[in-house]
Amino acid sequence: MKKAYLGAMAFGVAALIAASFASTTHADHNSPLLGKMEVDDRRSGYTYMEPETKAIQDDDFENPAMIFVEDGEQLWGSVDGNANKSCQSCHNDAFDSMKGVAAGYPKYDPKLKKLKSLEQQINICRTERMQAKPWKWESNELLAMTIFVRHQSRGMPVNVSIDDEAAPFFAKGKEFYYERRGQLDMACKHCHEDNAGHMARANRLTQGQINGFPTYRLKWQKVGSVHRRFRGCNKNIRAQPLKYGADEYVNLELYVAWRGRGLPVETPSVRN
Amino acid sequence: MAKTKARVKAPKSAKKGEAFQIKTLISHKMETGQRKDKKGNKIPRDIINKFVCTYNGKEVFSADWHPAVSANPYLAFYVKAEESGSLEMTWTDDAGKAVKKTAKVTVS
Repeated sequence: MKKAYLGAMAFGVAALIAASFASTTHADHNSPLLGKMEVDDRRSGYTYMEPETKAIQDDDFENPAMIFVEDGEQLWGSVDGNANKSCQSCHNDAFDSMKGVAAGYPKYDPKLKKLKSLEQQINICRTERMQAKPWKWESNELLAMTIFVRHQSRGMPVNVSIDDEAAPFFAKGKEFYYERRGQLDMACKHCHEDNAGHMARANRLTQGQINGFPTYRLKWQKVGSVHRRFRGCNKNIRAQPLKYGADEYVNLELYVAWRGRGLPVETPSVRN
Repeated sequence: MAKTKARVKAPKSAKKGEAFQIKTLISHKMETGQRKDKKGNKIPRDIINKFVCTYNGKEVFSADWHPAVSANPYLAFYVKAEESGSLEMTWTDDAGKAVKKTAKVTVS
């Protein structure tokens, strides 16, 4: 009698242990539009959103950021600058030429000898190839073009290089992530690593992934870039926000992108 | 309304008597008039205050919007299919400017 009871208990415990090691993917985290929104223990911000917010992202008609994709497409074909070129002149149809491109940004630029973000590459093309004025960071034009280009990688996994020349910048970005700053003396990790899933006042903290950027934030009632978010995060902990396009932010962007490696590019995502 | 983009999604065909859904989205700041700029001055109100849908000229749906409606308003509503024709959406702002979008439907 005792032997059988022990045997049953052992089976029960084994089953519990097996269950806890079972796959951590949750079906309700999937997007009907893009499929799996998590890889191992890396979760897209999508998985933390309310169902209503997710629904807006999953519907290309309802997603207000899709208007920026249309704007970007229009800009893509528009001639601008003294060289009388449009993006299309060199890159032809973005649907083909830009596929997978954004998923590798930020990347090392051998001419600049440092990392560059997608926004910066767009302006490099404008100033050097098109002889046009660079677009101001966070302007509607730069946002639209960044969203349009990154949208061509939608569904593809984030795949940034952190090796070779990018390695030292990746290390700097990682250092920034774990460095305390501001009046509240906090590092990125305190919210996004130690407390992901918990509440900060009325907001649920996510892992701070950037695979969906530029994103339509319901709080902003507008689309915004990664650097806008970085500045906001810094302001939240009462640290001095850096300038848009600052080297530190581009390095940080590489590190944070790497933290979301394998997650699908969702641009343009919808977040709270 | 500078650079305002509107879109309409409606079925191309419907059965007579059936209620079909129309989805609309318009990009607009919907400035409430309560926000302040960096200098402390109130940013003037600038919202879309009326939406009307006409079906072959006859008004079948209208909405009065107030400052509580968020930016880039999404609106979905149902219309009963009577006859083939065009559905015209009109968004009007405080200044009286209107944005129009049309969708055609075939009713069998």
